[in-house]
Amino acid sequence: MRARWLWVFLLLLALLAALVSVAEGAPPAQAGTPPAVTDDQVNAVAKGLYCPVCENTPLDVCPTLACIQWRATIREKLAAGWTTQQINDYFVAQYGERVLARPSGRGLNVLVWVIPPLVILAGVALLWRFLLPMVRKPAPAAAPLPAAAARDASADEYAQRLEAELRKRI
Amino acid sequence: MATSSTDTTPDADAVPAPRRKFRWGQILVLAALLALLGLVAFQMSRIGPLAAGQVGAGEAAPEFTLQTFDGPAVTLADLRGQVVVVNFWASWCKPCEEEAAALQSTSQKYADQGVVFLGVAYVDTEPESRAFLDRFAITYPNGPDLRTDISHRYRVRGVPETFVVDQTGTVRKLFVGPTNGDALSAAIDQLLTE
Repeated sequence: MRARWLWVFLLLLALLAALVSVAEGAPPAQAGTPPAVTDDQVNAVAKGLYCPVCENTPLDVCPTLACIQWRATIREKLAAGWTTQQINDYFVAQYGERVLARPSGRGLNVLVWVIPPLVILAGVALLWRFLLPMVRKPAPAAAPLPAAAARDASADEYAQRLEAELRKRI
Repeated sequence: MATSSTDTTPDADAVPAPRRKFRWGQILVLAALLALLGLVAFQMSRIGPLAAGQVGAGEAAPEFTLQTFDGPAVTLADLRGQVVVVNFWASWCKPCEEEAAALQSTSQKYADQGVVFLGVAYVDTEPESRAFLDRFAITYPNGPDLRTDISHRYRVRGVPETFVVDQTGTVRKLFVGPTNGDALSAAIDQLLTE
């Protein structure tokens, strides 16, 4: 019985030691210090933005100084507790809608979302209208060739004689 | 070899080809397509690749209002009668650093002659813009190109670019790339003496 209590005591001691070591390894939390923002968090937001200077290069992988500054701004805003939407809105207010990787559905931008489905529908309609009848239409029966008709065995005198000669010899 | 009359006379019994029906659907689709193309062309001509080159000498300077970093907004239309130098720059732009000191000294040189310098920070972040202005001790009004609206109007292709606007609001000189004090002074002097 005594040995059992000893094991429980040792187990609790080990747990306590583990907790202390974890607490010592963790950075000290200070009141008022903004939470650390990781690169992954910054890049998750940056992926949805494009710098107008570096066309066709997403902000999260763009190496230019302008884009580095933009990512620093994102980090700053995330540390201040801004949401992705708030950050996107800020960049749109500063640099215009063209910074967004996914354009909003406002104004002429709505065309970006409307035209592709319309084009696809039109393509399907065209296929339905022109291609399907071609597939369904049966192929016209082959007309007998005039030359072949002339060589019809029953009407060919030489063929009849040949057949008769062959029958005699078999 | 004469052909018989029956060969050349149209067949009286031939069935005339059916007249194509008036199809409203086709007309509507075509009209919608044309409207769409017109809309896209309009948008592209305004800000897109169809927009004709840069705003050059002899063209009316596009109007704008610049919200400065430190204070009031400046509207180009309010500066009629004065020579205005509009400089597009960015803190991340190395050539902009080359011309910054020359722009500041030239602005000081003409300050008492009514020449107005305006700096437009293109695709820049405010802390870096302010640091750039502090670094080169620039004192003339500067502000961000919000929503890149001003650079669109001037069809700016890159930075730095500098537009010299005369007293009537016409662009008289365009510097693409870094300018220098002498070239800028020569352009301003010409307008002041006219």
